[in-house]
Parts: sequence; C-alpha cells; structure tokens
Amino acid sequence: MNEFLMIMKSEWLITAIIFLLLLIKLGKGMKNGSLLLLVQVLLLLNFITGFFFNKEGSLFDGMYHTSSVIIFQKNILSLGVYLISLLFADWLKKSEHLPEFFILLLSALLGMFFMISSGNLLMFFLSLELATIPVAAMANFDLGKKISSEAAMKMILSSAFSSGILLFGISLVYGATGTISFVTLPTQLNGSTLQILAFVFLFAAFAFKLSIVPFHLWTADVYEGAPMATTAFLSVISKGSIAFIFMSALYKVFGSMNEIWYNMVMILSIATMIIGNLFALRQQNIKRFLAFSSIAQVGFILVGISSSSTEGVSSVVYFVLIYVFSNLAAFAVAASISSQTGKEKVDDYKGLYKTNPFLSWVLALALFSLAGIPPTAGFFGKLFLLTAGASKANYMFITVAALNMIVSLYYYLRVIRAVFMDKNEQPIEKINTDPATKLGLVICGAGIVLTGLLSWIYDYIQSLN
Amino acid sequence: MNLLLLILVPLLTATAILLMRNASQVKWVALTGATAQLILAFVLFFAFRKEQAAGNPLQMLFQQQYNWFPSWHISFHLGVDGISVAMILLTAFVVIAGVLVSWNVARMTKEFYFLLILLSLGAYGFFISLDLFVLFFFLEIAVIPKYLLIGIWGNGKKEYSANKLALMLMGGSALVLVGLLGVYFSTPEHTFDLLKLSDIQIPPEVQKICFPLLFVGFGVFTAIFPLHTWVPDGHSSAPTAGSMFLAGISMKLGGYGCLRVAVFLMPQGAKEYSTIIIVLSTIAILYGAFATMMQKDLKYMNAYSSVSHCGFVLLGIGMLTKVSMTGAVMQMVSHGLMTALFFAVIGMIYERTHTRQVNEMGGLLKVMPFIITILFIVGLCSLGLPGLSGFVAEMTVFMGSWQHPDPLHRIATIAACLSIVVTAVYILRAIGQTAMGPIKAGYENLSDATWNEKLAAIILVIGIVAIGTAPFWLNDLVSPASQLILEKIQLVQ
Repeated sequence: MNEFLMIMKSEWLITAIIFLLLLIKLGKGMKNGSLLLLVQVLLLLNFITGFFFNKEGSLFDGMYHTSSVIIFQKNILSLGVYLISLLFADWLKKSEHLPEFFILLLSALLGMFFMISSGNLLMFFLSLELATIPVAAMANFDLGKKISSEAAMKMILSSAFSSGILLFGISLVYGATGTISFVTLPTQLNGSTLQILAFVFLFAAFAFKLSIVPFHLWTADVYEGAPMATTAFLSVISKGSIAFIFMSALYKVFGSMNEIWYNMVMILSIATMIIGNLFALRQQNIKRFLAFSSIAQVGFILVGISSSSTEGVSSVVYFVLIYVFSNLAAFAVAASISSQTGKEKVDDYKGLYKTNPFLSWVLALALFSLAGIPPTAGFFGKLFLLTAGASKANYMFITVAALNMIVSLYYYLRVIRAVFMDKNEQPIEKINTDPATKLGLVICGAGIVLTGLLSWIYDYIQSLN
Repeated sequence: MNLLLLILVPLLTATAILLMRNASQVKWVALTGATAQLILAFVLFFAFRKEQAAGNPLQMLFQQQYNWFPSWHISFHLGVDGISVAMILLTAFVVIAGVLVSWNVARMTKEFYFLLILLSLGAYGFFISLDLFVLFFFLEIAVIPKYLLIGIWGNGKKEYSANKLALMLMGGSALVLVGLLGVYFSTPEHTFDLLKLSDIQIPPEVQKICFPLLFVGFGVFTAIFPLHTWVPDGHSSAPTAGSMFLAGISMKLGGYGCLRVAVFLMPQGAKEYSTIIIVLSTIAILYGAFATMMQKDLKYMNAYSSVSHCGFVLLGIGMLTKVSMTGAVMQMVSHGLMTALFFAVIGMIYERTHTRQVNEMGGLLKVMPFIITILFIVGLCSLGLPGLSGFVAEMTVFMGSWQHPDPLHRIATIAACLSIVVTAVYILRAIGQTAMGPIKAGYENLSDATWNEKLAAIILVIGIVAIGTAPFWLNDLVSPASQLILEKIQLVQ
C-alpha cells in the first residue's frame, strides 16, 4: 500500500489539488486574487516536493513505471505549470472561471504525468487523451471571443483525428506483434512490413501532437485563437511532455528499428526546422510568430532525439527545461501587453524599450535564448542537441540545423529591433505588471541565464540516466 | 598571473555599471575598468616575458583548468602563448581608447557602456581559452553587443547593417560550430581541449572537411573574400566606439581563430588549402584597396581598407612560414591599433563637421590641429611609412611570403605589394582634401580635441609608434608561438 502511494506520489498530489479546487468551486468560492495565491502556493509546494521522497518502480504489471529521469521530467512540467500560474496572473485574475481553468490545466498535467510514466500502449493512449481534451476546453476560455471557440474546435478535431491514427497504429501493432506492453514489445520486433506500417502510424500520431511538419497545420490557428496562458501551456508543457514520451518510445520500445526511424526523424526534423522558420519570418501576430518559432524548435529537439544515446536523452531533457524558461517568458511578456492594451502585433512593439525597459530586457533575453546565443542557456541547449545529433557523423544534417539557427536569428532579431531600435510616435504605454508576474519573469530570467552557466544542472540530468 | 582576472575584471565592471545611477558615474566606472584591463594586460605581458626569458618550455603558460560540463569532456581551460598575449594587449588598448572616445554618448549611456564592456569580455575570453567549446562560447557572446551597439547608437541605415552583421557573423559561427563538432567526434576520447587535440593527429579525411569549415567560418569575422560584405556596412553604421571595437578587436577574433584553431590543429588541411587561401586573400587585398579608392565617405574608406589590411593577415597565415605567420599576428595588432585610431579620428571629425564626405571638408588643419595631426599619423601608418607599425607588419608578411620560390607565391606577394601604392594614393588624397586648402564656410569656429579624445588618441599612437620603432619586442613575443605552429606543419609531409 505504502509503495502504491509513494511511486505514484506526483499523480496523487496533483489529484489532491484538483479535488481541493473542486471543493472550493462547489462551496462558497473564493475571490480570484486569494484563490490564485492559494493555487500558486500549492503548485510551488508540488514542485518542491517533486524533489523529495521519490521512489522508483513499476505498478499494475508494468502499466505504470517511474525512473529518476521520468521524475525529473515531471518536475520540469510542474515547474512550468507553477510558472504559468505566476506569469499569467493578470489574465487569470480577470477570468470568471479561475478554478475551472486550473482544474482543467491540472487534469491535463495529470494526463501528461501518466503519459510519460506509461508502460503500455493502452495506458499511453488513455493518458494522452486525458492530456489533450482538457486543453481543448482551455483553448475556449476567452468566452467572448469567436476566434477562441474556433481554436478549440480546430484543436479537438485535429486531436481526435490524430487519436484515430494512433488507435489504428496501436491495433496494427497488436496485430503484428501480439503485445502492447513496452516491455515485451521490443522482443517481438523483427522489422516486417506490417510492423513498419504500424510504426509509421504511431509515429504520425506523435508527429501530430508535436506539430512536426507536415502535421503542423493546426498549430498556428490554435495558438492564435486560444488565450495566451493556454497557448503557453500547449507550446511548452504539452510539447515537452510529448517529446519525452516520444523519445523514450523510440529508444526503449523501437530501439531495434533505429535504422528505419533515424532517417524518418532526420527528414522530418529538417522539414520542420525549415518550414517553421520560413513561416515564422513573415508573421505579424506575436502569437503566430511564437507558434511557428516553436515548430522550428521542435525540429531542433528532433536533432537531439535522432542521436539515440544517453547524451540524446539528457540534451533533450535539458533543452526542454531551458525552453520552459525561455518560451514562457516570451509568452508572458506578450500576454502582459496583450491583456492591458490588446496589442498583439510585432509592429506595435516598436519603442517598447522606452516605456517598459524591464519587460523589454526579459523579452530580449528570452528571444536570444530561443535563438541560441550565449550567455543565455539556449546556446547550451541547442549546442548540446547538435552535439548529440552529430555523434552519428551525419554532417549534412548538422550543417542544415546550424544554418537554420541563422534563419531563426533573423526573425528573433526582427522583434528585438522593433523593441529597441525602431522609433514610434505612440509606443505602448507603461504596463503595470502584477507582482506575481514580475516574480515569474525574474525566475525565468534567472533560469535563462543560470541554467546554462551552471554546468552541474546538465551533469545532474546526465547522471540520472 | 591569474588569467581568470581578465574575465572577472570586465564582468565586475559591467555589473558595477548596471548598479550606477547617473551617466557620469557610469563613465568613470567604465574608465576605471578599462584602466584596470590595461594594467592587467601589461602585468600579463611582463609576467609572460619573464617566464619566456627564464626558458619556460611550456607551450601555454599560466594554465588554469576548471570543470565545466564534464559529461561532454568540456573544461574551462585557460592559458596563453605569445600570440594571445599580443592580442590581449591590443584589446586593452582599444577598449580604453573606445571608452574615452565615447565620453559624449548621451543616449542610454548606461546600456552603451555595459555593452562595450561585455564585448571586451568576449574578446578576452576568446583569446585565453584553450578549450574549443569555451572559445566558441566567447566568440558568440560578442554577437548581442555588436548588434545592439550598431542598431541603437548607429547612424545611417543602421538596422540593415546591424542585421547583416549579426546574420553573417552567425553564419560564420555556424560553420565554425560544424567544424568543431567534426573535430570533437574525430578523436577517440571526444575532447574539445586544444592541447590534447594538438597531440593527437586528426585524421586527414576529417581535416579535409573541417579545415575549410573552420577557416571560412573564422574567416567571415576577419573579412575573407567574398564574405567581407558586412564590413563596410557594419563599420560605417556603427557608433565611433562600435567601429573601433569591431575593426580593432572583433575582426581579430577571426584571424586568431584561423591561426589557433584551423591551422594549428589541422596542418594537413592548411597545406592542402593554402593555395586557395592565398588566392582569396590576394583578391581581398587588391579589391579592398581599389574599392577604397572609389569611396567618398571616410568611414567607408577605412572599412574597405580594413578588408585590404585583413587580407594581409590571411595572406600571412596562408603562406605557412614562420615569418609570415608572425607577420600576420603583427599585422593584426598593428591594424587593430591603427584602424581603431582611424575610426576614432573620423568620429571626432564627424562630431564637429557632421559630415564624413571627403569633398565637403577642407582646411581643417587650421581649426583642429591636434585631430588632423593624428589623422596624418594614422594615414601614414596605413600606407606603410617606416617607423610606424603598418610598415613593420606588412614587411614581415612580405618577407615571410617571399620565402616560397614558386610563381604563385611570388605573384601573390608582388600583387599584395602593389596594393601599397594604391593605398598611398587614396590616403594622401583623402588627407589632402580634408586637411589642406582653403577652409570651407561654416567650419571656421570648430574646436579641437577635448581631453578625453586627446588621451584616447595618444594611447593608440603610443602603441603604433612602439611597434613601429621597436618591433623586436612584438616579434620576440610572437615568433616562438609561430615556430610551434610551423613545427606542426613541417611534421606533415
């Protein structure tokens, strides 16, 4: 019994918070301000306890398993959710349905926890659905806006479609191998055509969720329509969790088919980087801009995944950690501006530095980190992904990736240029950010600078493998 | 001598600048920091000479090593040889001059000085690192300051230039990165450590691919033809101190990288591609010289002549003899001091006349004798007058390259020599038009240099004259290091 509690500790904690919020909602309710504070404290506690009393093991005949890497991955996701509760405080306080938002968000997080812990394709499918459907509801949270409902609709339809593909893939896997357990599946793989077909369907479902080109088409519209907090959750936490399970599925379950999927990953990675970058070049809306840039970032994650080595695992986990800080900071700055002025265009940002130096510097740090320029952590993250990828000695691939960094620098610089250099008669007025948002931005800024320079963080991740 | 100080001093200066409240405090903190850098550089120089005189056989002195990402076999490994010491001295000179020249920057002073000091931090780190990852880290650290310095405080089409510069330099770094990864994985133990890599022979097939990647990648920084196009735009749009740092320090990162990383680690590749390097650098020398002749704008003029002068650096490296490589390093130092001074003078003139067009000026010698005298000195240095640093450096390169008896090297050497004539034409013409003749209307009441400008100019002139009149100290400093590189090249047959 004790073991049962301890191994699933992170899930139990999240469930407890969800029920607490439900009770509050059903009871008298609380004022938004104090409720948000409570949620922030709870999520902080949840993040901190993630580092203690951890127990590895598996439950339910291998349906569920944890390891030190998985626990660390869960901690990254918890950290991201905590940061979201801080960074989007402005918007959250105005929301009429604050408890519901966090109930949905935490349910999705719970789904992700189960997903990265899953040891069986069915378990994986169930948790993936749990991680997706609440997010669709979250996308609809700007209740007054038509575009928000449209985003939710697109999200639910495309994810239903990809779930269909996934289920089809799972049934083919079962037909071809007679098992859906992650433990026995590798022993049954022999590379027959049916198995490859089944694998391709699974792969496509992953690609959908990770918005890998050519399965990326839903991303930009959903990101643009959904409220900023949801978009941030979707692009950082969701993406990160799926990258984790994608990687462990490829390495642990389909490790013997490495030669087949290496080329798939490589081609899709190149396509994703190039298409994501090219589309990001011309975006005017900051949310669409970040959407396409996050597509390009997934392309980089794939470079690390392609290495199929322990370095690959740690560089991907490390990169996602950095990505949490950088992308959330960028979204948070955009959200603070949008929630107070309604402005979401890159051109509106002209002259921002004059009126909002703090926000401007955080945005600059975040964008430089996304572009991979030192001393920000993004430099280390990208470099290690490329180094891991280069271990296969496929230099054309690495060169293409490195050249893509230049293209991405171009469009990140476009925003920097608008903020710092361009003149504007009517710049955005001084934004009063919530103290919680400020705290969140400071944490993100510190994370962006320190995660790279303090090398023990990487070494810690490496030591988990 | 603790090399970490070279990183810590700029870092502390930059932090202190952020904490200051008003512009004048910021300036004095920056000046103090820059002076400390200069003192440190001299302390390092004398300490190094002392060790050298004592016959220390180590290739790299004052080594320090700290753990940094041990799981990738990366370590924060520092150390210097003669070449690095020369570059560090150069950097310290240019930094203090740049800080002094920018005394009148009124807009966002704090940010300006912060970025200047950050840029110098990147340069010091680059010159002292013995781990290729750390070296790359410092190389890239300078990208943000350069971009912002040009984009915010620049003039003309500054956004375009800033973008062009950032993207082209980033492109260069991308090539360097791929080359470095190639080197990293070519060795059995997967290391970025320069000294360890120099002990093992990198396989020839890897050298064949990685040498051009690294050389061209670093070459972009030092304006290798045809990837030099960021130089004119970047320099002419940058604020005065920005141009000084760009031409005086940043372009030297490339030359140093070519020599220290590409040639030193991959002598076989260097031999194989030496012809191409020589051809490209000769083209750069001639093209730069002729393009300079066509310029009317003083800053464009100096920027194109920088392309030509940096061509000598690459020519010296490409010739692969001990003397020519020593000459390349001397040319880096000489060009760094000279071009920084040139940009400083141009900035001073521009601040007073508000034009950089040569044909709009005239007779300025009468109203600003100090500034124009400096312009004369730097101009004569640029065209290679004996007694100033330009002559010494170019002469050494020529002497080194003449050691090859075959036609290609001879033709390249002669062509490069001819460029000096072209230089003389444009320099004399530009200075003549600016300084001599009747004074143009509206310029009668211009003032001469202020104390800070005088100090900056004098510091740089001291450097130029010190090399020009007593070149042996620089030669003695650098040639043992180039001897070691040469020995590696001679091992390859």
